[in-house]
Amino acid sequence: MASEGADGHGSKGIDPMHQFEVKSLVDIQLGPVDASFTNASLWMVIVVVTICAFMLLSTSRRALIPSRLQSLAEMSYEFIANMVRDNVGKDGMGYFPFIFSLFMFVLFANMLGMIPWSFTVTSHIIVTFAMALFIFIGVTLLGFIKHGLGFIGFFVPSGLPVALVPVLFPIEVISYLTRPISLSVRLFANMLAGHTMLKVFASFVGLMGIWGVAPLVFMVGLTGLEFLVAFLQAYVFAILTCIYLNDALHMHSH
Amino acid sequence: MPQLDSQWFVPQLVWLALTFLFLYIVMARVALPRVGGIIEERRDRIADDLEKANQLQQQAEQALADYEEALAQARSRAMAIANDTREKLKAEMDEMRAEADAKFNAQLQEAEQRIAAMKDQALSNVKDVASEAATELVSHLIGTSASASQVSSAVEAELAQSGHA
Repeated sequence: MASEGADGHGSKGIDPMHQFEVKSLVDIQLGPVDASFTNASLWMVIVVVTICAFMLLSTSRRALIPSRLQSLAEMSYEFIANMVRDNVGKDGMGYFPFIFSLFMFVLFANMLGMIPWSFTVTSHIIVTFAMALFIFIGVTLLGFIKHGLGFIGFFVPSGLPVALVPVLFPIEVISYLTRPISLSVRLFANMLAGHTMLKVFASFVGLMGIWGVAPLVFMVGLTGLEFLVAFLQAYVFAILTCIYLNDALHMHSH
Repeated sequence: MPQLDSQWFVPQLVWLALTFLFLYIVMARVALPRVGGIIEERRDRIADDLEKANQLQQQAEQALADYEEALAQARSRAMAIANDTREKLKAEMDEMRAEADAKFNAQLQEAEQRIAAMKDQALSNVKDVASEAATELVSHLIGTSASASQVSSAVEAELAQSGHA
């Protein structure tokens, strides 16, 4: 049994990183740009289609008394709307569709990644870093558009003695510049670590034969925890975006 | 680590941009306005219903107040009518009683006058009878007829003495 299980999984069962491999499904070359449709692309499409189907089908009846799915769609709407209103304010509501799309994309990518043999879009640093960098550049541009060069004052904490400005200004700038890195690495590392750990323990189940019950029980608990992490990371990603947006719009002193 | 294989960076970025842009457009143009509309419509409807309920309640309270006022008015009017009637009846009764009293008093006086007259007549009859009887008696006793004036004065004196004058 044990050797069979190990053989069945082969080298893949031992290699917990195999699940993150990207494979081209359809090779597409647009001029110099490689736009191949990969398994990552497939799961991005699945994520987006699932979100659209969920949001559109559940609300297609526009019921005054909502069905379960419709109240779920309304709940997610109000959840993000309140998040934007509380963290950015009324003038931040113009960015609500973007924050909502961002939250739903990360949430559904994380959740669908929990399905066995699926692919977790957000477990790739290039994807999370691209999103974080887009947010960072957008928010920084917004800050300069709103406040002009006065946005540089954001890096000088209020009530600071003039003598300390040359010391603290670079620190503030560096901490600001690390935002996209911390934002992207947080999401990527959580997804990577969680899925790797699940894979390692799953391969133990097969390798340990009858004693595989122990890692199996552990897996059940870990899977629940991973669902929590999947939601929590989507929430953190969205709320940090709100906070950065608020900094750019209102330059609140810190 | 497959994540660091730069061969797949560009395809992932291209498809991330495509899919996210599509998602953003669908959410911003269709899904979110629809959900927002549904929520707003429900909020309006609930506010409407509450307002209507408030109006109805106010109407009901107004109707109750009107009813109570009408009831109080009717009660006070009924009391006034009862009072009026009682006073009118009392006045009529008093009048009738006064009339009756006056009539009875008049009759009483008349009766008293008649009684007095009858008494006088009776007394004068007694005098005549007594005079006649005395004359008869005198003629029988002493054989001579006494003069009428003598007899009547004697009778009168006797009557006066017995207190019947």
